[in-house]
Amino acid sequence: MRDTLTQLSYVLAAVLFILGLRSLTRPDKARQGMQLAAVGMLFAICGTLIHHEIVDYRWIAGGLVLGAIIGYPLGMWVPTTALPQRIAMSLSFGALASVLVGVSEYYNALHGVGETIGMARMAALGFEVLLGSLTVTGALIAFGKLQEILPGRPLTFPGQNIANGLLFLIAFALLVLVIIDPTRSTAFYSMIALATLLGVLMVIPIGGADMPVVVALLNSYCGLAAAATGFALGNSILIISGSLDGASGFLLSILMSKAMNRSFSNVLFGAFGGGAPAAAVGAGGALPVRAISAEDAAIQLAYASRVIIVPGYGMAVAQAQHQVRELAELIEKRGGEVKYAIHPVAGRMPGHMNVLLAEANVPYDRLYDMEEINGEFPQTDVALVIGANDVVNPAAREDKSSPIYGMPILDVDKAKTVIVLKRGMAAGFAGIENMLFHAPATSMLFGDAKASLSKLVSEVKAA
Amino acid sequence: MLFLELYIFVLAGFVGYMVITRVPPLLHTPLMSATNAISGISLVGSLVAAGSHRSSVATILGFVAVVCATTNIVGGFLITDRMLKMFRRDDPKAKSSAEPK
Repeated sequence: MRDTLTQLSYVLAAVLFILGLRSLTRPDKARQGMQLAAVGMLFAICGTLIHHEIVDYRWIAGGLVLGAIIGYPLGMWVPTTALPQRIAMSLSFGALASVLVGVSEYYNALHGVGETIGMARMAALGFEVLLGSLTVTGALIAFGKLQEILPGRPLTFPGQNIANGLLFLIAFALLVLVIIDPTRSTAFYSMIALATLLGVLMVIPIGGADMPVVVALLNSYCGLAAAATGFALGNSILIISGSLDGASGFLLSILMSKAMNRSFSNVLFGAFGGGAPAAAVGAGGALPVRAISAEDAAIQLAYASRVIIVPGYGMAVAQAQHQVRELAELIEKRGGEVKYAIHPVAGRMPGHMNVLLAEANVPYDRLYDMEEINGEFPQTDVALVIGANDVVNPAAREDKSSPIYGMPILDVDKAKTVIVLKRGMAAGFAGIENMLFHAPATSMLFGDAKASLSKLVSEVKAA
Repeated sequence: MLFLELYIFVLAGFVGYMVITRVPPLLHTPLMSATNAISGISLVGSLVAAGSHRSSVATILGFVAVVCATTNIVGGFLITDRMLKMFRRDDPKAKSSAEPK
């Protein structure tokens, strides 16, 4: 009877999870749908608490309370600009939970207090622990890079890929060894150690702007580890949720790689911008750059009838999204039309810019994807680029020798005039000279994005 | 039994792929935090490990796992809700220049 109730709660949870994810296809229904998914989670937890194997609730209660105490601030107090690192950290937590469950199952079986391990179950446990440990440290490194505890640039050493490949092969060989003979606990624990090391080594060489792909991929690993837990425990809700999670992460990482016109393997093993970016940058000094004062830029904006704002990571760093909205509202009040052009990999995680602008109260029907808005740049009076660089670099379209050639970009250079807000003339993440900044229609407004925008706001008010 | 589980895994993967393909880029960040919260379902495994009293090692490991998974569930659903609350359409009364879309 109790088991039936448990299973029923899982079925209900599975249905509500899928409906919740489905609701994310509609921004107006999404909130309600996700609240239903949370209810589903509650059912699954209650259904598990009556499980016949659970005999002692003290540790459980302590864990639930402690988790809720840690989880609440992580949910309510983390600022939206810190979302990428927040997500990386929770991926690490999730994977750690899978690993620990796997290890405790293995330990119990080894000491004869749990179910004995057949080959299939051992394979599931092994995969779970291997993928999980790799994700734990990989996500921690991603967190460190995003939080800027670790340097964001790629850290590389010669023979890195070969070393990583070898490590992976050894870890995999250990996995096979344990599957054949589950009593080889040394192999099992060495595999965990190797996978943990591998997670560090795999993410260390990946640069800051490639983080959207990495975070999505780690999301996928985390899901697969959860699914493997489900196989090991014979628990269908774990398999279903893990599979959903895995599919979502996988799909997002494909979308992100596509938006950068790079293959998966290129992102993971290419260490973009770390190798030899110097060749393209050298010529930069001689090219003309037209700086503009905030007053002049404000006059252009005040009298423009069509404006497109292109936000990039620089806006997130300066936390300038509120000033952006203020400026946009002023232009609209004066009769101009303002749209926002969002490149899929702008920022440090999928959808990063959208959340920041939504936080600043920009209505989401003003946010346009790259394909939707690219045709409108030629009719645009002013394109205002705020801390974006590589995603508006025309070299991606024109210069076959450029490392980013072929990457889909926002056609900002086709606008009648372009104003670029930028801290200095430093090259973007990819280390490539951006000809947009030297184009005759472009003027550069140097300075911190937030300060520049505040100046623009007061000047437009006065105009 | 193993094959039944494989069926579940593959079919759920397909459902996930179909559903998630239709999520607009606008909501990709909430999608990530939502799947993150949902993957906190590994709590059900952690609960059994922490409460079945088989060995003290398993209990301790299970306890830590319960903390991690609960953190993800509570934090994940809260932050997803907080984000989704921020997404709003243009208020039709406030502005006439807004184009229908």
